[in-house]
This record gives sequence, structure tokens and C-alpha cells, in this order.
Amino acid sequence: MNKILVSGKVEGTVLKSNDPINFLGTVDKKTGIISDKNHNLFEKSLKNTVLVFPSGIGSSVGAYTIYSIKSNNTAPVAMICKKADLTVATGCALANIPLITISDKEFELIKNGMKISLDTDSINLIHYQ
Amino acid sequence: MELTREEESALKGEQGETMQMAYRILVATGEATDAEKLIPIEWAHLSGVNYNTIGDAGEEFLSSISKDARVTVKTTLNPMGFDIDNVSNYKLDENFISKQLSIRNSYETMGVIPSFSCIPYEIFDIPKNGTQVAFAESNAAIHANSYDNLKTNKESAFSALASAIIGKSPYSSLRKEDTPNVTIQMKVKNPNELTYGMLGFYAGKVGDTSVNISGLGEMDQRQCKAMCGGMGTSGTCAKFNFSEGDPNTEKIDFDEKEMQNVHDELNTAEKGDLITLGSPQLGLDEISDLTAKLKGRSFQKRCMVFLPRTVKEQAQKIGYITELERAGCEILSDCCTCLTPLICKDDVDAVTTNSIKGAFYLKNSNGVGVNLKSLKEIVEDETR
Repeated sequence: MNKILVSGKVEGTVLKSNDPINFLGTVDKKTGIISDKNHNLFEKSLKNTVLVFPSGIGSSVGAYTIYSIKSNNTAPVAMICKKADLTVATGCALANIPLITISDKEFELIKNGMKISLDTDSINLIHYQ
Repeated sequence: MELTREEESALKGEQGETMQMAYRILVATGEATDAEKLIPIEWAHLSGVNYNTIGDAGEEFLSSISKDARVTVKTTLNPMGFDIDNVSNYKLDENFISKQLSIRNSYETMGVIPSFSCIPYEIFDIPKNGTQVAFAESNAAIHANSYDNLKTNKESAFSALASAIIGKSPYSSLRKEDTPNVTIQMKVKNPNELTYGMLGFYAGKVGDTSVNISGLGEMDQRQCKAMCGGMGTSGTCAKFNFSEGDPNTEKIDFDEKEMQNVHDELNTAEKGDLITLGSPQLGLDEISDLTAKLKGRSFQKRCMVFLPRTVKEQAQKIGYITELERAGCEILSDCCTCLTPLICKDDVDAVTTNSIKGAFYLKNSNGVGVNLKSLKEIVEDETR
């Protein structure tokens, strides 16, 4: 279901994960690089991406990790999930990173490397370039 | 979620950046939980205090927002990492102590009551029936909903902080309606506080947002707290309804077999190198009872006793603290077994406790073995 959790207008290149993300312990809070060998985005940088992933998992303290990567200028410009979880929701709210949820069908349509723009004031939240 | 004109303006930043961020948190939380609006709350209880859990990112965040954020409702605080009165007796480095004191300072600057307690329901007056509050400490949220006739969801550190600043919370889930998904029938005979802790832990696993529970009988405060602490540890469920539930609700038994499963999951050691009491922290009645049980006896190994500072001060006046220290107890206020930095696996292989909540975090966060025993067994086995 489409929900706007944190509003905003940005554009960027999609970095897509089919694994959920545990921000605490999976993401380096200084570099914004995925440091968990078992994650499908291992060694990828989140910096300036539109991060597309199913949902967040794990400790709510992970919200602070999202705040940290934003403070260190290594955060995504926006996040798009299938399911809203409170850790990612509060983390994006703290860091002022636009966050929306989309349907499973639309999630499948978004491919890694696509250039997209996101505008939470527009009827079509996502515009494919 | 519907916002009033004033709330919209704050979300746009017309009341400053801090208010904007606080509204962003409540809107994001509200959208995630399908809230229809924001409603006033009268009391917030915050987690996210212990440097051991929130780390540098948390310390920096709190330091930054405390420059202009102020709480607008009564706001109380969870335990921190140590008791400043005796921190020098433990191996904590200077960095930990200074970062923890910075966190303390940030909360005090924001106007938060420095209660450092996970049992606000036991040390503060309870508002009138049905009052909306925002409790981030899980055992306190469950106790508030189940025993104190208050209404709260199981808040995160961030939603509770934003609620403290704004004085409102998203109207969703348990604040709005209560639909238990299951009725648990207590079948274990002669339960003690450890049994109730395991029952709570089991209920947290099978419960959605609330459960019905039947067959409990008379329970003392220690047992009620153990049950709430257990539930808060294992899931998202935040309320016990003391009823059979309607006939259509699924019924399941908590019997010896289910209890054994929880015991096997959390009990990983035959004996402990030290004992901890208090997770949740002990109240004055429990301290009084412990003092009576230890009359003429002494612990044969270290026993850490965690309690709120206000309880310690009352217990000191009555003479309980002198008596407990004589029996070999280490008295620690402002902190708790749960997520304590004072127990380190380099020094300790296993800990004996009667707390299921404590056991879970000792096992998973401190990485030490856990030996579960009721308080009665602890006194019988570990004192002379």
C-alpha cells in the first residue's frame, strides 16, 4: 500500500535490495557502506542513492544509524519500502530522509540502477526518468 | 493521518526545526501504525538512556537537540548504565562515564525528571483511569495497560521523546481498541515469580498486541512485574486482559511443557558466578521482603541488587540498606540488570537470576551464561 511516512522531493539512482536491512550492525555509520558479508548489498555504498528494500528489521536503535549516516553525508536521498517498520520510519524522520511505502507490484517494477524522482506532493509519487 | 492546521504548520517547520523533527517522528510512526490523528498524552516515559545501548550516535543526537527541545508534559526516564555513587568499584572506562553523564545532562536540560527507573508505575502517582500516556519501556507499558488502567502503545525511544516534546501521540492500536488474538490458560501449579516471568515471555511470543489470560489466581507485585518484564522481552505485545475472552478466541494452555521450552531457551548454565536481583528494578515492598528473607544470613558470592534511587533513599531511612549490605548485597540505583555494562563476559561466565527479562539480555547482550532460580531458591542455595 502507498503511504507517505516522511515527505520530500528528490531524485537519484536506485540501489535495490531484496533482503531486509538491519541498520544497526549492517551499515557502517560513518561511510554508509553495507558491512555485513551476508547481505546482498555487501560493500555497496548507500550514499546519495534511492534505497529500495522490503523493510527494516532489528533493534530500534538502528534509527540512530540512519541519523548518523545523514549527519556524515553518507545517507541515501530517499528510501522506498514494501512495508513500514518503526525503526526505518523513525530513523528517516530523525534524519529528514523522504520515505514511502509501495505495493509489491510496484516494488517489482523498480530495478537496480534506474534513475527515478520522488515527489510526495505529486499524485504519482515516483517518476521514472 | 489527519492533522490540525497547527500540526500541519509545525510539520512544515513554522515552529522551528526541533518541533518539525518531533512532528516528523509522530507522523511517520502514525502512518506506519495506521493512526487517524494525534491525541493528547499526560505522561511520557523515555527509553534510550543507557550509553551501552544508544552509543555515540545517541549521545550526539541528544546533545544536539537538547539545545532547544523541551518536554511539555511530565516526562520520566529509564535507567542509565551505572550508579554514580559506586561506579569506581566497577571496571568502566572514563569515556563511558563521561558520555553517560552527557546523556544525563541532555535529558535534564530538556526538562526530564531524572528518575532512572524502569518501574515508573511503582514510584510515581498513577493518573486517573483511562489516561493516555506514552511509555517506551516495555515492562512499564505492559504494566500501565494491564494493571494501572492507563493507555499506551509499546512506544519506541523516539516516539516517546517526540510525544514528550509535543504532548501528543498517534491514536492507533491499543490506544484506540483492544483485540486480543488469543486466550492463554495458565495450567502450571504452584507458580513463583520465575514461572510468571516464563508465562509472560511465552505470552509475548504468541500475542499480537494484547492477550487474554486466565487461571492466574492471587499474585504479588513481584510476580506481576516478572510477568510484564517477560512479555516485554519476547515480542510486540503490550497488554494482558485478565479474562477468558469470548468463545471464538483461540485458547492455548501454558503448561509444564511450554514452561520447560522457555526454561531451556534461557537457562544456559548450572550455576552462576554472581547473582543479580532486579529486572525490572526492585520496589520498596520487594526490598522489605528481601531484607526479611536475609535476616541472619549472608550471600556466599556477589549479589547485585538494582533499584530506583528514590527506593534506595526510602530503604536507607528504614534501615534496609544497611541490613542488605551486611548480607553482602551490592546496592545499585539508577541502573538495572537489563543491558548493564557492569557485567562483562571477560570476568563472569554465568549469572544466577530470578528475572526472565534479565536472563534474556544477559544471554543475548552481555553474552554470559544464565542460571535461573526463584528468589526462594537463591536464598536457600546461595546464602548461609
